[in-house]
Amino acid sequence: MITLSHFIVLGAVLFCISLAGIFINRKNVIVLLMAIELMLLAVNINFVAFSRFHGDVAGQVFVFFILTVAAAESAIGLAILVLLFRNRHTINVAEIDSMKG
Amino acid sequence: MSPQLFQIICFYAFGIVAVISALMVISMRNSVHAVLSLVLTFFSVACLWLLAQAEFLGIALVVVYVGAVMVLFLFVVMMLDINHERLREGFIKYLPVGIVVAAVMLVELLALIGVKAMHANTMGPDPAAAQGLSNTAWLGQAMYTQFLLPFEIAALILTVGVIAAVVLTLRHRTGTKQQNPGDQVRVEATRRVRIVKMEAERRQQESQS
Repeated sequence: MITLSHFIVLGAVLFCISLAGIFINRKNVIVLLMAIELMLLAVNINFVAFSRFHGDVAGQVFVFFILTVAAAESAIGLAILVLLFRNRHTINVAEIDSMKG
Repeated sequence: MSPQLFQIICFYAFGIVAVISALMVISMRNSVHAVLSLVLTFFSVACLWLLAQAEFLGIALVVVYVGAVMVLFLFVVMMLDINHERLREGFIKYLPVGIVVAAVMLVELLALIGVKAMHANTMGPDPAAAQGLSNTAWLGQAMYTQFLLPFEIAALILTVGVIAAVVLTLRHRTGTKQQNPGDQVRVEATRRVRIVKMEAERRQQESQS
């Protein structure tokens, strides 16, 4: 019998994997963007599970909106990435330091 | 085999595939392989959502994410000429830190959410089916009544995303022939058609006969 904890634990595991991905691949912007997508997916798993187990439709509607915003975000992120590569010929985060932040 | 046993076997199968492919996403040397692993992760999570009877979102995840967003990632990764070796610098250096942070956070999360207490929360009857609806109808009725304004704002966000992506990557090349829509819109009829006043003339044949 599938219980709520199955889904929640899976979401937590995926979230921690993507967190480790952000720490490990801190040079590669593409993998950073993919780790963010993975984090959103882990959160969405929680939303779907709670919506299903508590019988509330709002969770699934919220997942729909998260998917929308994540799609827009990745489109803009990839556009910025293309622009960055065109101007600097690198996507290495360590070399993109012209703003001296 | 009872349906419940089959469900749990399916859950573990798809969950293990999702976790392994997520690990491959963050550890692959080649970015193209990482994107393909992410596709596998999304696909197995979509199967898990089908298992939780969230059919609309499962299919939307496959169509929107695997079909559109991941293909966009794949195009960008394949277009860019990336030196993978340079990007892998520091992978070993940051590996222990990453593993420690992720492990500590996982333990904290599991302690926080109280796995034992939630274990008693088993999957009941489908809430959509209890109302005599399919999952899509259940979701759609809430979305077009209760959440209509957020739905329209989401459409606006998508439009802004499209325009921003186009504007960011737009590049004006010199020396190419192209139309200027502003000039095309601003043009007036008087600049295109010139009406000339002239005498009426007889047809040539009639004048001969």
